[in-house]
Amino acid sequence: MEDGSEFSQSVAQIVQRLRGSSLHSQLERQAKDCLHRPEIKLESLKEDVRNFLKTSGWEKKLQNAVYRELHVSVYLGSAAETPSRLPLISPQLPTCRPKAPAEHLKEPLAYMRKAQASWEKRVLKSLNSMSTELEVPLARKRPAAEQKELANKWNEMGTDEPDLSRFRPVYAPKDFLEVLISLRNPNHDSCEDVSTRSHWGLIQVPLNVRDVPQLRKAYSELSLSMGQLGIDDVGNIHPDLFEGDYVHVGKKVVAEQDSAAAQQYSRRGCPTGLRADLWALILNSTNQPQDVMHYEQLKAGVIQHGLLVDNLVYKDVKLTASNDDYYFVFEDFLYQVLLCFSRDTAVLEHFKYNSATPPKSFVHGELQRTAFVLFFFAVHLFETSACCPNRPDCCLCSVPRG
Amino acid sequence: MAKVRDGRSCIRYKCGLINTIQDVLRQRPNWVEVKDDEEWDFNWCDVGWLRENFDHTYMEEHVRINHFRNHYELTRKNLMVKNLKRYQKNLERDFGRTEAARCDFFPSTFALPSEYHLFVEEFNRSPGSTWIMKPVGKSQGKGIFLFRKLKQIMDWKKDSSRSEEQKDVENYVAQRYIENPYLINGRKFDLRVYVLVTSYVPLKVWLYRDGFARFSSTRFSLTTIDDKYMHLTNVSVQKTAPDYNPEKGCKWQMQQLRRYLTAKHGREMIETLFKEMDNIFVRSLQSVQKVIINDKHCIELYGYDILLDQNLKPWLIEVNASPSHTHSSQEDYDMKYRLLEDTLNVVDMEGRLTGKEKRVGGYDLMWNNGPVYREDVNLQTFGSLCFTANTHLGCVNDREKQLCQLLKPFPPQRKL
Repeated sequence: MEDGSEFSQSVAQIVQRLRGSSLHSQLERQAKDCLHRPEIKLESLKEDVRNFLKTSGWEKKLQNAVYRELHVSVYLGSAAETPSRLPLISPQLPTCRPKAPAEHLKEPLAYMRKAQASWEKRVLKSLNSMSTELEVPLARKRPAAEQKELANKWNEMGTDEPDLSRFRPVYAPKDFLEVLISLRNPNHDSCEDVSTRSHWGLIQVPLNVRDVPQLRKAYSELSLSMGQLGIDDVGNIHPDLFEGDYVHVGKKVVAEQDSAAAQQYSRRGCPTGLRADLWALILNSTNQPQDVMHYEQLKAGVIQHGLLVDNLVYKDVKLTASNDDYYFVFEDFLYQVLLCFSRDTAVLEHFKYNSATPPKSFVHGELQRTAFVLFFFAVHLFETSACCPNRPDCCLCSVPRG
Repeated sequence: MAKVRDGRSCIRYKCGLINTIQDVLRQRPNWVEVKDDEEWDFNWCDVGWLRENFDHTYMEEHVRINHFRNHYELTRKNLMVKNLKRYQKNLERDFGRTEAARCDFFPSTFALPSEYHLFVEEFNRSPGSTWIMKPVGKSQGKGIFLFRKLKQIMDWKKDSSRSEEQKDVENYVAQRYIENPYLINGRKFDLRVYVLVTSYVPLKVWLYRDGFARFSSTRFSLTTIDDKYMHLTNVSVQKTAPDYNPEKGCKWQMQQLRRYLTAKHGREMIETLFKEMDNIFVRSLQSVQKVIINDKHCIELYGYDILLDQNLKPWLIEVNASPSHTHSSQEDYDMKYRLLEDTLNVVDMEGRLTGKEKRVGGYDLMWNNGPVYREDVNLQTFGSLCFTANTHLGCVNDREKQLCQLLKPFPPQRKL
């Protein structure tokens, strides 16, 4: 548990992040608008407005936002804070030490930083050489005709059949695997004895993982004594024994619009019919007008400027999704999401707590920082998820499979 | 003579088809194949054999055969529509329009040329609509085409390449094409559902939990109605499409489809959809109940083709008496194997069932001279209004477990 000063610091940080957000302005507006309501009395103004916000569901929205920030802020440590991220690997720095540079806080292990830097350089080099070889710029403005065509088939990009045979993958999975396998902790003497341990797996970096009792505690909701969907709702088990009640509770959670409750509930499975709502709640993703606007902006970005990686994205999705019996359903969505995602500067925030450098490219002098975010996100996702299985803010981790 | 009841003797079977059913019969304990002229207890024949031999075949009481003599009343497109229309008219006469509306699950259909004028009337009433021409007796998508102008049929009638079919000019139907099918990522699909009828009077119907959705390999578009491959979802037609990938079957198991639809639309809406499908199965069978010759030796496994539209309304496209037992993948083979094995379990030549079962393997009893409910109706539940139909299409099929609990194991097999 954090002590008093750290707690108030966290609170201040969360308030800082939420201040000026659209939720903040919406709350203010709601508070103002409710003043004319009959139940708001001047003598108990503060109390009544609070109650109104509670009953109208706005307090719950604020709660969900705070809950979300709690997860993120753990990783957005300021330099003064003791990093509680990567608790399993990095040593706890005592606060009397001088401040470490930001890079060192994001990734305290020198050998990791080195490996990351060299991998980044390699991928970037491959991409640049592809760009030169194929005479395709990393980023370019699309001609008007192309923009129009893209806008027209935005909702069914899968119908397009462009010739992408010139584009090769930037790296093969084998290359990446080799890099991972070759990671070595210089402080860990692993070459001495050829014991059975050194042959257990390809990854040589010692990863601190939970043992069975710890796993049992962490995943207590999956214990044999607890009902779960997928196990206790199939076949001849009567729905009254588990499924009926569980689905009923699920509906209540969705009705309450409580993000924390949704996350807790889903540990024992999401009923198929409620899955979409529950996941939207867990991720606290709403369809506010400003979100729609943000999406339209990203879409406009995609239409106006083409990136070299767009072709790679397209080719990859085409090969994987369109031929697969089950993933073909998502083919069109994947194009839309991935192309927009790779232009979303919000993703750059990730680099505040993840030690990578989003590479830059210039289009007519304008800094295009977003170009390769996607690639590196995926790379670092692997690294971080291997070390820290508990990264709830990684939305790629959270996307339900299938 | 095979003694069936005590299960100690063997059951002699005849099988005219070379596909999955052969494997199922051969691998069933104590079942032996007989030669052409020998007597049989069970016959899995094709409709050709039936037509030629049924009428002069004497069958003892315990003998079973896999078709009803005049199944075509349900399985030939023109007759099915004729029976459905008559049934619907009778419902309206006896119970009013609301009840008759429960039969609005088949698209407007006309037999040609006998109903040509009625067809033209309907055609002119809906300008710009698309229609589909189908030969009544053929399967696997043969001879089907789409049209929007009457001129296109005139041309087709005059087409000399059809000369060998001149005498079959009676045997076509023109059907209103469903222009707003439910699409998944732009692709059209239809459903194949298996329904087993063990008796028409009284009507006893079993519904299999497994089934599949067959996807078109190209995206749906109304602008190219000449593209045969896009509109027809029969696997046989898809197999010849240029971008057909023989390794991928473009088929989903029913469970997969049900899960997808439930995730997308919510549980209640999809339960309603499946209830409406139950309604299609039962009413289509009721429409031919009085016409089919109810021979107690006969059972029949039907393959129903259902199409969903964008409003999640199910439409009956056709009923097949000889649903294909050839398989397009291992998964497909396994499903058809289970289906046929359970069909034999329901027929129960071995006499292991009591006759009161509501479920046998993957089959749920859907209709037994009246609706069958999941709940056991007794004095306590009688007042309750909450009855759910005993159907589980697209639900988990834990048949092995259920069969273990239900059936006595087969007696030790005798070496031949």
